[in-house]
Amino acid sequence: MHEVIEQLAEKRKQAHLGGGQKRIDAQHQKGKLTARERIELLLDRDTFEEWDIFVEHRCTDFGVDKEHIPGDGVVTGYGTINGRLVFLYSQDFTVFGGSLSETHAEKICKVMAQAIKVGAPVIGLNDSGGARIQEGVASLGGYADVFQQNVMASGVIPQISMIMGPCAGGAVYSPAITDFIFMVKDSSYMFVTGPDVVKTVTHETITAEELGGAITHSSKSGVSDLAFESDIDALLNLRHFISFLPANNREKPPIWPTDDPADRIENSLDSLIPNDPNKPYDMKELIIKVADERNFFEIQPNYAANLIIGFIRIDGSTVGVVGNQPLVLAGCLDIDASKKGARFIRFCDAFNIPVLTFVDVPGFMPGTSQEYGGIIKHGAKLLYAYAECTVPKVTVITRKAYGGAYDVMSSKHLRGDVNLAWPTAEIAVMGPKGAVEIIFRKDIGNSEKIKAREVEYREKFANPFIAGKRGYIDDVILPRDTRKRIARSLAMLSNKDIENPWRKHGNIPL
Amino acid sequence: MFKKILVANRGEIACRVFRTAKAMGIPTVAVYSDADRDALHVMMADESVYIGPSPSVESYLVIEKIIDACKASGADAVHPGYGFLSENKKFCQALGSAGISFIGPGVKAIDSMGDKITSKAIAIKAGVNVVPGYDGIVQNSDEAVEVAKGIGFPVMLKASAGGGGKGMRVAWNEKECIEGFERATSEALSSFGDGRIFVEKYIKDPRHIEIQIMADGFGNIVYLGERECSIQRRHQKVIEEAPSPFLTEAVRKKMGEQSVLLAKAVDYQSAGTVEFIVDSDMNFYFLEMNTRLQVEHPVTEAVTGFDLVELMIRVAAGEKLPLSQGDIRLQGWAIEARVYAEDPFLNFMPSMGRLGRYISPQGEGVRVDTGITEGGEVSRFYDPMISKLIAYGSDRNEAIERMIDALDAYYIRGVQHNISFLSALVAHPRFSSGEFTTNFINDEYPNGFNPGLVFQDDPAICVVAATVIHKKHNDRGAMISGQLSGHEYVPLEELVVIMDNGVTAHQVTVEYSNQTYSVTLDDTVYCIATDWHIGEALFKAKINGRTICLQVDEVGRALHLFHRGAKKEALVVSPRVAELSCHMLTKEPPDMSKHLLSPMPGLLIKLTVKVGDIVKIGQELAIVEAMKMENSLHAISEGVVKKTPANVGDILAVGQLIIEFK
Repeated sequence: MHEVIEQLAEKRKQAHLGGGQKRIDAQHQKGKLTARERIELLLDRDTFEEWDIFVEHRCTDFGVDKEHIPGDGVVTGYGTINGRLVFLYSQDFTVFGGSLSETHAEKICKVMAQAIKVGAPVIGLNDSGGARIQEGVASLGGYADVFQQNVMASGVIPQISMIMGPCAGGAVYSPAITDFIFMVKDSSYMFVTGPDVVKTVTHETITAEELGGAITHSSKSGVSDLAFESDIDALLNLRHFISFLPANNREKPPIWPTDDPADRIENSLDSLIPNDPNKPYDMKELIIKVADERNFFEIQPNYAANLIIGFIRIDGSTVGVVGNQPLVLAGCLDIDASKKGARFIRFCDAFNIPVLTFVDVPGFMPGTSQEYGGIIKHGAKLLYAYAECTVPKVTVITRKAYGGAYDVMSSKHLRGDVNLAWPTAEIAVMGPKGAVEIIFRKDIGNSEKIKAREVEYREKFANPFIAGKRGYIDDVILPRDTRKRIARSLAMLSNKDIENPWRKHGNIPL
Repeated sequence: MFKKILVANRGEIACRVFRTAKAMGIPTVAVYSDADRDALHVMMADESVYIGPSPSVESYLVIEKIIDACKASGADAVHPGYGFLSENKKFCQALGSAGISFIGPGVKAIDSMGDKITSKAIAIKAGVNVVPGYDGIVQNSDEAVEVAKGIGFPVMLKASAGGGGKGMRVAWNEKECIEGFERATSEALSSFGDGRIFVEKYIKDPRHIEIQIMADGFGNIVYLGERECSIQRRHQKVIEEAPSPFLTEAVRKKMGEQSVLLAKAVDYQSAGTVEFIVDSDMNFYFLEMNTRLQVEHPVTEAVTGFDLVELMIRVAAGEKLPLSQGDIRLQGWAIEARVYAEDPFLNFMPSMGRLGRYISPQGEGVRVDTGITEGGEVSRFYDPMISKLIAYGSDRNEAIERMIDALDAYYIRGVQHNISFLSALVAHPRFSSGEFTTNFINDEYPNGFNPGLVFQDDPAICVVAATVIHKKHNDRGAMISGQLSGHEYVPLEELVVIMDNGVTAHQVTVEYSNQTYSVTLDDTVYCIATDWHIGEALFKAKINGRTICLQVDEVGRALHLFHRGAKKEALVVSPRVAELSCHMLTKEPPDMSKHLLSPMPGLLIKLTVKVGDIVKIGQELAIVEAMKMENSLHAISEGVVKKTPANVGDILAVGQLIIEFK
């Protein structure tokens, strides 16, 4: 018996060394941690249960059968974060460059299937050179198996991808399907084709970092949801992020107890809206002052910054926040903002997270680049997402709610549950200037008359009371009471139960 | 007594006057410009009158608008505060003809004391010591040099209409005299619309000490002790105190008596201040008389116990001074710090914007005079002063301690502020010794202020506080719902606090029992009692019996802690994270030395270099005007000008590129 136990220990020890000390050192020199170190930092201490440590590849071509490393380049299993169950896989760059073999893919699929079965999130820590080329189509098949598993898990359990090294070619499509993609600056990149191929085909010269680095994807392409400074920064933040999410689509979000009073009054919000209607202000100030303990976990802060998304808690429970940002492009909706908002709302809806919307929107962005880019269909995504959504929806209009954008931003007509407005709200078809120029077309050129009409229009329509008369908003509230009113609304809605008609699935304008 | 008082001012001083008027039961009227529509002074007053656009030349400085506001509101008296129209004789006259009382001195006093050359002549006649110099206007820089040579360098070039340090330049040689003349003239013109300059002897190692006087219409004049205002930056007072740590009782008496003589000479009535320059041998010379309530009047109120605004109102209403010289005793010590919206680490560039979060200190002996609340705006149209923080104690040490504690608890976000600088000043050993001159800031911070110059308290405090804050978070995390039953999260008791991105790392253990946290750091046990809640800005605690207050901002996973004016970044992690953090690469911030960026919002009024020029270290590159101050930007390294994307006349934003070097 003693001998067998020693053998086991020896086998484990070998597996733990991955691709060997030399490769581990190389990984460290790049500022990267190893697959196992990453797991250690992500999970609660000593909670990792590893599976398939003894799995080895089955390939015999090109002499690869001479080298077998137990685990085959990916560490898989489960553990806890703040005592809550998560499944994970962590690709080991020190073993065959983290390349994906048939067996490597099987390991990933196995934890994903288990996660779906028990209803717990899956976290992928990606650090892989790509397909195990020697395995040919078996490796490709492995990717596809992972994709299929990702799709099956989508909307059932939260899936999070943390890109901590290369992720190129077909490999990008697994993270792409998951709910959130996070990246580490300077050490991770994602692209379908790398700089060399780009150079051959389009003659563009570009570095991997510029083409698909964390900053590129979190500000230009929107592929990544957040960019972190280092492996440690990324993993500490991931621990924090997970605390906002429910374990699966049948559970409510977790409760993080708080002693921040739900009826906290914020007097300074009474002066948030500038007297000049054309002056911007920072919507994040409102979000932070409404949130429990001023804790706001923003998603995609540097992409389509005209629309803010992220998570806060109210009364200890997770709430997804969507808000127009007047500081950027006057807070108008464009293609990128619509896509960003729509995907976030659908995540919240899938996982029982109430959606809180702060509205200050002058409309959709005009222009050829928007129209040619298909703003009609992209804008409709946001509209669709709000309309389809069955979780509690609370909306606060702080200032402008003009035109079609008013309808889109979680209006009463799209089954908004509680729609509140600040006294500064202007709910109208359009701004005074544009409206007057259409209604009083004959007066154009007579600037005095136009000005008088503008004043008239402003007085008549630039307020929340016209909408209030029709019940399109439920109440006009004092800005300082916003947290209190939202908290009560959400508490009232906590047992909301509505269902959309049965269907295979809707047809969102993708 | 007056039926209604209008304050022809804004900000903290308007609020200050309203406070006393309210206490006296007199209804109050505020005036406001566009920018001040929602300002605190408007909220505080019983009624308010709109007086026009935000620029003060179109509102607060328009005499007719103030008179109209008085008529509209029925105010029968006006308190002018300081600045704006407070020392404007035309305003005084206009009020007189409208039958409205001016809560301040008479026209004669304002007129004669408002001009530095006339006031000097009157002072000499009244038997007041004056600074040797040339008592005439110099017409051009050549004449300035001639006059300076006659007096002997160093000399001071001063705007005749000046005040507040604007239009003042010291010259140590001919070259500086020429430059200084031009700069002083242009500043004087833009600030006061009067470019007249005079020259006088520059006193070395001087102290600025001023005497507060109060006079009624019956010839009673008293002096209420002095204020030491030597801690100045670019001739702007930063810290003031009463009494002065320097004067003897005999000199105080002499200065007081001369001040009274001067006041008599101009039939002074109301509160006034006689400013003196005092040399190291305690010789004192008359500088100027300010015929208004001074910014720093609260320190005098603190040590004398009199409400100067109340006295001003009573005297203006024709009452007799309710006190005589014998009633005035200086008791205790008071220090005032001017809290400004400016960035001390960026050459004190003014900052503006919304005060997203603002918590002012409270406590025994602490007074905050402000015109702003959380959510208020520091406007680009006016002086960027946020408040005056006054600390009073039974002696100077107690006042200093209370000031330091109050600065710790002063939480301002949304604009840059000078709390770090003020903390460093009042905690400076030379300040506590009382041995300083008006050169104090130049001597101690010759290359400006930087984060390395802040006061260094026991580094353990931030480490221990960060540990407790982290523990609070972790304990909360252990209470999250949905944990695996029987496998719940147990927070670690052994932690590592990484300070300032790895500059130092400290192993700690932390426990919580009996409402007390015990943190062990380097074999020392710290007991911490605190009722801090997650999300609160101020971490107030007792650490081993010592009461401390830290400001806490949570930025991502890190804690930004502010204490004694120093900012520390703490990341509290498990020992394993700390161990592995050695593998993280340190990333160098991008090199910005090839760019000259505008350090503040303002107007580019001069570009001294053009493309192709070779610049030397310290050479002037451009001048940006902000807050009516001309800020000269200098080269920090040698280089060749590659591009000048900004043009003279451009309005610059913070961080906007002015010059790019090769």
